[in-house]
Amino acid sequence: MTDITSSQMDRERLETVREDYLQMTQRRRLYSGLLILIFAVMLISGFSIAEDRNAGGFLEGLHRLFDFPADLISEAIEKAANLPGHMVDALPALIETLNIAAVATLLGCAGGVVFSLLGTRGLAYWPRLIPFFRRITDILRAIPEVVVALVLIFIMGGGPVPAMIAIALHTMGAMGKLFSEVNENTDMKPVEGLQSVGANWGQRIWLGVIPQVLPNYLSYGLLRFEINIRASAILGFVGAGGIGYELKNALTFGQGKFDEAAAVFVILFLTIVAVDQLSSSLRNYLTKGTF
Amino acid sequence: MVMATQDVAALRASEIRRIGRKKLFGFAIPAVILAYAVYVFFAFDILGLAERARMDNAAVLVSDAVSYKTHVTRDNRSGEITVAIEGSRRATYAPDQIPAWAEVAGETAEIELRHGHRVTYAGPLITYHHPEFGDIVIDTSNGVDLRLSAEAVPDFINASGNRVSIATEGGRLSVTRNRTETMRYFAGWEMFFFDLASPYSGMSAGEVFATITRGAQIDPAHSNFGLMLSNVWNNSIWRHGDVFWALGETILMAFLGTFGAAMIALPLAFFAATNFAPSKAVRFVIRRLFDFVRGLDALIFTIILSRAFGPGPMTGALAILLTDTGSFGKLFSEALENVDEKQIEGLASTGANAVQRNRFGVLPQVMPILLSQVLYFFESNTRSATIVGAIVGGGIGLLLTQAIQTTADWEKVTYYITLIVLMVVAMDAVSGRIRARLIKGDGSGK
Repeated sequence: MTDITSSQMDRERLETVREDYLQMTQRRRLYSGLLILIFAVMLISGFSIAEDRNAGGFLEGLHRLFDFPADLISEAIEKAANLPGHMVDALPALIETLNIAAVATLLGCAGGVVFSLLGTRGLAYWPRLIPFFRRITDILRAIPEVVVALVLIFIMGGGPVPAMIAIALHTMGAMGKLFSEVNENTDMKPVEGLQSVGANWGQRIWLGVIPQVLPNYLSYGLLRFEINIRASAILGFVGAGGIGYELKNALTFGQGKFDEAAAVFVILFLTIVAVDQLSSSLRNYLTKGTF
Repeated sequence: MVMATQDVAALRASEIRRIGRKKLFGFAIPAVILAYAVYVFFAFDILGLAERARMDNAAVLVSDAVSYKTHVTRDNRSGEITVAIEGSRRATYAPDQIPAWAEVAGETAEIELRHGHRVTYAGPLITYHHPEFGDIVIDTSNGVDLRLSAEAVPDFINASGNRVSIATEGGRLSVTRNRTETMRYFAGWEMFFFDLASPYSGMSAGEVFATITRGAQIDPAHSNFGLMLSNVWNNSIWRHGDVFWALGETILMAFLGTFGAAMIALPLAFFAATNFAPSKAVRFVIRRLFDFVRGLDALIFTIILSRAFGPGPMTGALAILLTDTGSFGKLFSEALENVDEKQIEGLASTGANAVQRNRFGVLPQVMPILLSQVLYFFESNTRSATIVGAIVGGGIGLLLTQAIQTTADWEKVTYYITLIVLMVVAMDAVSGRIRARLIKGDGSGK
């Protein structure tokens, strides 16, 4: 008798659980369906707004998409003999772009190390100023490079230095954040050990923290170098010297000078790919110990 | 025992060598960096830069960013006097609006500058009253004739045959045969809320509030509050409406580019992941495609696309979309390679087909990671969209480059920069919060 009632109760409970579960799944499906719908509507209406405000329409432009690359390539093939010469001509500009990126990465990483050490809990020299240093890195990160570069071009005139400073400032902010995340994961035991033998702050950081974090720092720094090469090419296009400026000049001459533009395109592409490969194998070595 | 001592000696020797090498490295790396710094110092021509840098430009920039000037201009031929902010036609005071520091009556004017300096226009005679130096009279009846009470021309006066300009801490005066112009500087941003055409122009915040709450209705078509909003939005000097549209365009570019790229990259990533790719050849091709697109770089895409589609947000969105498809493809396929096979096997054992296995076995596992990566890119793309906008000509990037290129509107440049920074910080905060929730996992998998 008792058996029957209990199993009946069990079944009833099972029923209610089952129903609740089904209801929950349905509700969840409805919500995710709605979310996807809203997202799709946003995407579609976004594209139609962008289309409205664009100078040329998407569909009219689509068949023209390959006109320019085709012109470029056909002219490059036609004057293939000129290409190596143009590439050699563009080499100084390429080196300038690489220099901008390298100096900006070095300066930015140096600044980033300082900001990150001053902005990490447990390591900071002035613990009370941690929020202050963190806000500084936030602001440095938030200002797009092009803004700083354009303002500095107005003051200093065109050339590599405005771009270098702009990228260095942004790198400082980005690295300050990344490095402080690395610092947070350091093992504090060496630091405490050094403190117990009377090491000062500089010694604790230099001997206790840096050896632990250096591989990570270097790996992030290399990744940033890749990003900064692209950034310095783009800033060159806005007027800050280097390969981007060369590219802009070649393009404004238009048809007839496309072989120059093609040469610049090719060496820019090759450089980016080469640096990416080199830095990714170096980074592999740094994090895993093998190439 | 002997062996052990030998071992120890050998170990000692090798350790000493190792430390020696490290020491050498420790000095070599800073030395290399130093040498590079010296090379760059000359390659970038830092010394020449110190000469070329226009510090006066910097001073103009800084002072102009936080102040504005009002011009009192007289056409010396017709005698007509206008008072206008920054000399702009859209910001010219109507005769009854002219501020009290400039008393204009017909062809004569009495202009009060700062620090006790004054300028008087009286017929052909222009007088600059300098509290220390005394009066400086310029006669425009026949050319431009400078008459000084002292012998030597002081360095705040710059006089040539047909032009005299005076620049002091009180303001500036420039006289040519045709025009007499006095400029007085004021702190702040002029007419940030209301332009001169607005009935609210010149009111203090309290007065505006009083007009909205208690004042008589100004425009029968709108309420006072609605009128205020529309006056601010359509301000002809600052064009807040256009600026916010441009900001919206920038965010739109980033949104469409990032999420469009994610939607294209997700299915492709399955073909590029080792554990899902149908064949090695397909995987290789898709991977190289991702690498190529990533390597081509936003700059090159931007140039090619703006040639086809013209300037505008669509072009910018497509440029971001194409570049990020490569990055997402790589990231997504790496995430897919790390999925737990057990759930897929479990689904397979219940007879689920490939689509169902991926939908219920794979996507719930990778979705939080993918979404968090996408949001991270969205965040950084709002910054990139500013730069892309500067190149393709859309969004706030375009407004910013235009304002910088005119080199006159530094207060607007400051305004745009402030807005850009606020936009980026807001995006960071929102996406950071969502990402933190996604990584913690609320279990919904969506």
